[in-house]
Amino acid sequence: MTTAVGQMADVDADDVFAARQKRIWRLTIALCAILIVAAIVSLGSGALAIAPRRVIEVISGALSGDAAIASSRDALVILNIRLPRLLLGALVGAGLAVAGTLMQGLFRNPLADPGLVGVSAGAALAAGVTIVFGDRYLAPVIGAPPFALLPVGAFVGALIATMTLYAIATREGRTSIATMLLAGIAIGALAASCMGLLAYVSDDRQLRDLTFWTLGSLGGATWAKVAGVAPIVIGALCATPFLARGLNALLLGEAEAFHLGIAVQTVKRATIIVTALAVGASVAATGIVSFVGIVTPHALRLVIGPDHRALLPLSAILGAALIIVADSLARTIVAPAELPIGILTAIIGAPFFLWMLLRRDRAIDG
Amino acid sequence: MRRPSPTLSFLASIALTCAGVAGLFAEPPRFIGAREANAQTPVHQRIVAAGGVITEIIYALGMQDQIVGVDTTSLFPANAMKDKPNVGYVRALSAEGVLSLKPSLVIAIDGAGPPDALKLVTDAGVNVAHVPDEFTADGVVDRVRRVAAIVGAGPRGETLAASTAEGFRALDVAKARIATPKRVLFILSLQNGKVMAAGRNTSADAIMKLAGATNVFNAFDGYKPVTDEAITAAAPDFILAMDRAGQTFSADQIFALPSFATTPAAKTKSFAAMDGLYLLGFGPRTPDAARDLMQAIYGAAVAGRS
Repeated sequence: MTTAVGQMADVDADDVFAARQKRIWRLTIALCAILIVAAIVSLGSGALAIAPRRVIEVISGALSGDAAIASSRDALVILNIRLPRLLLGALVGAGLAVAGTLMQGLFRNPLADPGLVGVSAGAALAAGVTIVFGDRYLAPVIGAPPFALLPVGAFVGALIATMTLYAIATREGRTSIATMLLAGIAIGALAASCMGLLAYVSDDRQLRDLTFWTLGSLGGATWAKVAGVAPIVIGALCATPFLARGLNALLLGEAEAFHLGIAVQTVKRATIIVTALAVGASVAATGIVSFVGIVTPHALRLVIGPDHRALLPLSAILGAALIIVADSLARTIVAPAELPIGILTAIIGAPFFLWMLLRRDRAIDG
Repeated sequence: MRRPSPTLSFLASIALTCAGVAGLFAEPPRFIGAREANAQTPVHQRIVAAGGVITEIIYALGMQDQIVGVDTTSLFPANAMKDKPNVGYVRALSAEGVLSLKPSLVIAIDGAGPPDALKLVTDAGVNVAHVPDEFTADGVVDRVRRVAAIVGAGPRGETLAASTAEGFRALDVAKARIATPKRVLFILSLQNGKVMAAGRNTSADAIMKLAGATNVFNAFDGYKPVTDEAITAAAPDFILAMDRAGQTFSADQIFALPSFATTPAAKTKSFAAMDGLYLLGFGPRTPDAARDLMQAIYGAAVAGRS
């Protein structure tokens, strides 16, 4: 290798790197702008018409402690209904998108998402148990109101599903990703059939509650829910920078990552735990909201490539924006009624996903 | 008519009903509606009715001009859904959607929700009155009285409650004429020939009892899919179904199914399809619905109609 060629290659690599960095920065700024615009539009729109000026008035009034404004009905709607809903949507969107990105990185499989490895199904099953048996058997024992049990149950369900998955896939300290994927599918199927069993034993009311829960909704978002979800999702987000390098190395294969000096087992374990936390908290708060976890990382990878250091934070932003937009639609399309958000994310997400697949294949073939 | 003691006991019962709910909430809901119900002249309210039977009762009281929103189960009277904004399915209400109608009162049937959404509505200063769901004659009369008191219907409420109670009494008289109760099977849905039947503790079971009949499937709770053999073994004398747009099926279709072919009902072609809310709504029309069902099962003579 001559010096001249080496220098040229370096220059090319630098150029490519610089161009990619530039693209990542541009995309970051664009996504932040989209997120902010979506948030403002979401705060200003809804079944109850509130003029944009009034929104600003209410927020500045609340911040400056103006009692007259803070106690008005507009203030109540903006501060106690739309704002917690907006924040919950942002947290859930970020949590689900990051969980999807982590899972796809971990499994080196573009199809992987928390739904696939049974984490969502585990959460759903536990939520179903609390819907069907909660008010009769669990609430009197624990002494909690039934609707407080549901998010806790869903969260515990996601953790149990993940721990079971991990226990099955780990032999002598090594986690087999292939076993985990298969076990995940089995756990998902088991949870789904148990859901069927629950549907069978449930009465009319519980059956409807089960159905609506599995369709997902940000309705009834309260500050308490935001406070419950925020530390878990933000904690998970904060953990992702430490996983990014390891996941990048894992893209090359486990042995290669190990030889690059990555603590492969630690990265795998941490990724699984972070995913379970993010999905558990999100599903607990809103029910099942599909397609955000799978679409977000794909869309981003098409633009910025597979580097997790950029992929993870950007998927959090894009996921948050997607859910905020979807929820704004969910609560305005049929106002004063409301569509379950899971229906919208699937209706928008699935065709978009197909379009992305077609585009990608064409790019590869061409 | 308006003695203080029923009013007081009404207030107490509302308070007790809501105390359970209030216990679940951080702060107890305010009961503006109850106070207004106590007023001498009914105050004009802006009511959101969450539950088909609530809408039905308010319309029967002639106070529909006070309704500003109904839920998707408010199928009777038919113009309710056309005239009033729709706030969605009774179990999936949206707090902001309800508030956007600027209601002063939300009347919620048991199971209306989700609870978080109703709590947000309460927090916005809107009174949420809860009405229990009970599938008995007394329960229906009590429910009519409650809704009437909540909306401040005055004497009209007592008139409607009295006529409903009278309907049930006449029904009891007719029921006494039934020598042997017939065994009825209620079909909730029929998909691919699979039957979802009504068990115990369902509104279908309750209306059969009111009509002087027995439910063949009183061994299980709720609505459950049943096997073909179970239907044959249950040997119902009469098949009852809901008459729904696009989902109706005829007696011929039912009795052509092997599971139904050998039942006593098939021999006499005993089948009726009735409107869902009329049959299972448990509102002021229930005595009539039970009487219609009785007539369908036992004939006009037994039902006291000629």
